[in-house]
Amino acid sequence: MLWQQLINGLALGSTYALIALGYTMVYGIIQLINFAHGEIFMAGAFFAFLMVMVLKVNIFIALILAMAFCMLLGIFIEFVAYRRLRNSSRLSALISAIGVSIFLSTLALLVFGADAKGFPDGIFPNGQLQLGSVSISFLQILIFVVSGFLMLTLQFIVHRTKIGKAMRATSQDYNTAALMGVNVNMVISFTFALGSMLAAAGGVLVGVYFNAVSFNMGLLVGLKAFAAAVLGGIGSIPGAMLGGILLGVTEVFTVTVGFSSYRDAIAFAVLVLVLLFRPSGLLGQKIQKKV
Amino acid sequence: MGNFLQNVVNQIDPYVMQILVNIGIGIILALGLNVITGLAGQLSLGHAAFMSIGAFTGAILTIKLGMPFGVNLLCSGFMAALFSVLIGFPTLRLSGDYLAIATLGFAEILKVVFLNLDITNRALGLSVPPPYSSIPLPVYVLISVVLAVTALALMQESRFGRALKAIREDEIAAEAMGVNATRYKIQAFAIGSFYAGVGGCLYAHFIAYINPSDFGFLKSIDILNMVVLGGLGSIPGVILGASLLTTAPEFLGFMKQYRMLVYGIILIILMLFRPNGLLGGVSFKEMVLKIFRKRTQPSRA
Amino acid sequence: MTVLELDKVSIRFGGLVAVSQVSFNIHAGEILALIGPNGAGKTTIFNLIMGLYKLTDGKILFKNINISSRKPHQIAALGIGRTFQTIHLFNQLTVFDNVLIGAHTQGGRNMTGALLKWLPAIAKEEKDLHELAFRCLQMVGLEKKRDALAKNLPYGEQRRLEIARALALKPSLLLLDEPAAGMNPQETKELMELIHVIRNSGITILLVEHDMKFVMKISDRIVVLDYGAKIAEGVPEEIRTSPLVIQAYLGKVGAR
Repeated sequence: MLWQQLINGLALGSTYALIALGYTMVYGIIQLINFAHGEIFMAGAFFAFLMVMVLKVNIFIALILAMAFCMLLGIFIEFVAYRRLRNSSRLSALISAIGVSIFLSTLALLVFGADAKGFPDGIFPNGQLQLGSVSISFLQILIFVVSGFLMLTLQFIVHRTKIGKAMRATSQDYNTAALMGVNVNMVISFTFALGSMLAAAGGVLVGVYFNAVSFNMGLLVGLKAFAAAVLGGIGSIPGAMLGGILLGVTEVFTVTVGFSSYRDAIAFAVLVLVLLFRPSGLLGQKIQKKV
Repeated sequence: MGNFLQNVVNQIDPYVMQILVNIGIGIILALGLNVITGLAGQLSLGHAAFMSIGAFTGAILTIKLGMPFGVNLLCSGFMAALFSVLIGFPTLRLSGDYLAIATLGFAEILKVVFLNLDITNRALGLSVPPPYSSIPLPVYVLISVVLAVTALALMQESRFGRALKAIREDEIAAEAMGVNATRYKIQAFAIGSFYAGVGGCLYAHFIAYINPSDFGFLKSIDILNMVVLGGLGSIPGVILGASLLTTAPEFLGFMKQYRMLVYGIILIILMLFRPNGLLGGVSFKEMVLKIFRKRTQPSRA
Repeated sequence: MTVLELDKVSIRFGGLVAVSQVSFNIHAGEILALIGPNGAGKTTIFNLIMGLYKLTDGKILFKNINISSRKPHQIAALGIGRTFQTIHLFNQLTVFDNVLIGAHTQGGRNMTGALLKWLPAIAKEEKDLHELAFRCLQMVGLEKKRDALAKNLPYGEQRRLEIARALALKPSLLLLDEPAAGMNPQETKELMELIHVIRNSGITILLVEHDMKFVMKISDRIVVLDYGAKIAEGVPEEIRTSPLVIQAYLGKVGAR
């Protein structure tokens, strides 16, 4: 029972982690809470849904297409709604991000309607792996494999490639990075592309896992993922992974012990507790004010 | 007195009256958010939640205690302010945008809690009886608007208001001038939420029926739009924004479906091209002075 | 009389020791300059004094009060004013409002006070604050620009406005972080006169500056830092001839 719930929690947490990564990377680079990130996650789920329903592709192709689509969407959003505001007050950028978020979710509502959509049966084999008393569904295995692969790839990109080095430099000091010849615009676009791809993957996985895709799925999951990013330490990539997984596990165990009506309150409670006792998060660095 | 006022109110066309009252409530709500966002530069995305605290407090006080409406309004405001301090304390100590997320989360949780409480009648919502007062509700709305505008106009030009603006402009420099940023931010948040609570109480008694789902994220965005459209930090701007956005659905009924779509675009476009809103930088004091000057100029000439 | 006393002050950022065991005193009415090569820890010491960073070790006394663990706004309220290395004005506010905010600690009226503005006592307080702010603007010669927005002032005037704003705090100690940076010779000369006027009004001054001619001319005493440690302290003439300083600092300048 305990192990079973742990597996369920890890599966849910992995999807949170995928989304939390996008928040943390963007925040690390331009100190913006990308409010539209939850909507990118939602857009990824819908795009995959469309691909499956209209083009009848299999779920893996749909996943890759959704990631590509959201990558472009993320770059586009940054270019249109945030780039001009980079030197304005942070409030302006935040409000613009909220505008994008409202626009996208309303658009989804108008196009797809208010009811949640489900993927067709048999989109993914229904079987499960039995390990003693613990059963792991194929879908959960898919979640572990896909999110594990993506997080490892991300670590590789950030720490082993030239663009990753540029990302880390930009997040340390934007102006100095620019002076050192880093193409800051390109780095920021790339960061949005990466984050949005991961969010899209999260969206598709969540959509298939709960068999529900709806216009307002981004708001709540986005909030939870943000809480996960803060828990892990905003700006920290391993922190986002850890925070997401911890939050997912906590949520599943809360439901298990019988507080199911408060499952959505957990993320918020965690957020407030972290802000009270450890604002820099579990793995975040204490931020010194720059004067 | 009450009868006389009732007669006056009855003279006005009910449809017009309804719009006017809605505008008045919108102005109070938006002015409150303006203290938090326009003056102190902090973003609350749960303004509707504080409105709902005021609405339910007001409704319950009328239903259970039959409390006189004037006192009720104050209690509703204070209840909202109390909750804002509880939320503001952990989040406003930090610089950054945590308040936005915390208030958004708080609003979602509060909605769930209200939907599960007996005293708020769960998902069925509450029917609110007419307020206990001989003075008609629209008069209360008018008085509240006048008080709200006056208080804010005085506040803006005071030591307190300057401290808030300093925090908005540069928190580090403000602290170096001896401004206790955390305390002032919490106070601004409490005042703004007090306004929201009063607005919520008026709203509850005017609409006569409230449901927790009326006070969701979209309602908060509605109010944010009023402030941003008219101009952050400008009282005439906020009044204009509240008036425009309250009446717009009346004239643009066909747009109802697309309203939120348009709101989203408005937020982006305003931030990109006119971050100070339609009347950004226009102060109430200057506007009054200008009108005054215009009136006096011809006589001088 | 000692206004400010730093006693074996240290701070580490992670593994890096930015300031190590630095001690010095500032006496009432003097102009003390803190110099040293880039990265020597000068601005870090400012930020330690103002409470923006928490010290790892040692203590800082201001008029015999230990301010080591106080918050920036509390320290400012005790009477330490400062300017910033990179300008930190309230950009969207007028010149006059900027100075009025500097006078924040000189008033006591709050939230409720704002609503009771017409009461005589409160109206008087507001009037006093306005007068104080105006005097400070006069002192730096910006009274004619009182209604301009801070962001629209030319650079040199923005620097002077920062000084006026700090003066409105009625500080007994004023910290100036590279006040002459980016100024032309004429502006630098005026700044020097201004600093003397401020000192003559009874305010003690601690400044960080790169312009050596400026420092040598204006300071009563100089403290030299290198790699976070104090390497010398004395009157300008002693510093000029100290072999340690020449090696660490002036030597590098000379080599240019």
